[in-house]
Amino acid sequence: MKKLVLFLPLAIFLVMGIFLYQGLFLNPQQLDSALEGKPIPAFQLERLETPGEMLTEADMKGQVALLNVWATWCPACKYEHPFLTMLSRRNIVPMYGINYRDDRAAAIKELKREGDPYTTNFFDKDGRLGLDLGVYGAPETFVVDHNGIIRFRYAGPIDQNIWQNTLYPMVQQLQAEAKAEGATS
Amino acid sequence: MKQVSLTIVFIVGLLFSNTLLATPVDTYEFKSDSNQKRALSLAHSLRCPQCQNQNLIDSNSPVAQDLRLEVYEMVDEGKSDDEIVEFMTSRYGDFVLYKPRLDPKTYVLWIGPFALLIVGFIVGAMFIRRQRSLQTGSVEISAEDQQQLDELLKRNK
Repeated sequence: MKKLVLFLPLAIFLVMGIFLYQGLFLNPQQLDSALEGKPIPAFQLERLETPGEMLTEADMKGQVALLNVWATWCPACKYEHPFLTMLSRRNIVPMYGINYRDDRAAAIKELKREGDPYTTNFFDKDGRLGLDLGVYGAPETFVVDHNGIIRFRYAGPIDQNIWQNTLYPMVQQLQAEAKAEGATS
Repeated sequence: MKQVSLTIVFIVGLLFSNTLLATPVDTYEFKSDSNQKRALSLAHSLRCPQCQNQNLIDSNSPVAQDLRLEVYEMVDEGKSDDEIVEFMTSRYGDFVLYKPRLDPKTYVLWIGPFALLIVGFIVGAMFIRRQRSLQTGSVEISAEDQQQLDELLKRNK
């Protein structure tokens, strides 16, 4: 018994060591979103393509959707764009864009040239909606359920890997939930 | 002597006033000096979510700039520090606080060191007590033995 007590500090040290060692491999850029489980913040923004046409959060309610923050000044957005375009062709889930702190003409031109994966684009000129969403960079993607509740936030460009392993299972699950509640998904 | 210490205080004061003067104020016009002071100290105490080892004042990222201006405007609107901190954490999470809040998630963080200290004291106290109990008291010698001893010593002489 007495001998065992002598080993106690070593045991504590090892346990702490394992914890801290795991900490070395965490990505400090992956912050938990404070908004998961909360509704989309209320907003009123113009549609990107048509100045003067006002849209609100009500325009994307009633179905499971992706909300993707993008801009022409963001290289990682350009990287994920082809994948998003391909995804939109498969008609799995509607995708809404937030054109974040961007130049309107440049954004419209970019979509014309590269293809437009978005159902609708909200033009967030001064980043107000981005601020309310807790966006700290682009691209960021929110998974929103049919009640307009944010269920997941992913910061960084989406690729096949992220989609297959994280986002797609979640979208499927939420669509099943929506069906169960009798909503039109 | 008093002169020297006053001079030192003055120099230290100068050093610090310099750091205050060197901070960018984004050409934002505050309604009052007290507002400016409060806004700057508040922005100093909030972490930028983008470049994570800088506060809102030091960081040049667009997000930090937005948040900075947001803080300034809220201070000018007369919002309390708590309201502003709440505004930030509801959007960016507790991460933006340099000083973590006291809630169930951070109990270990806040109380852990003191708990360790107390455990150390207890272990130390137990150790000392055990050492003391192991020390045998001075051995009393009985009268008979003492007599025998004396006789033996005499015989040797």
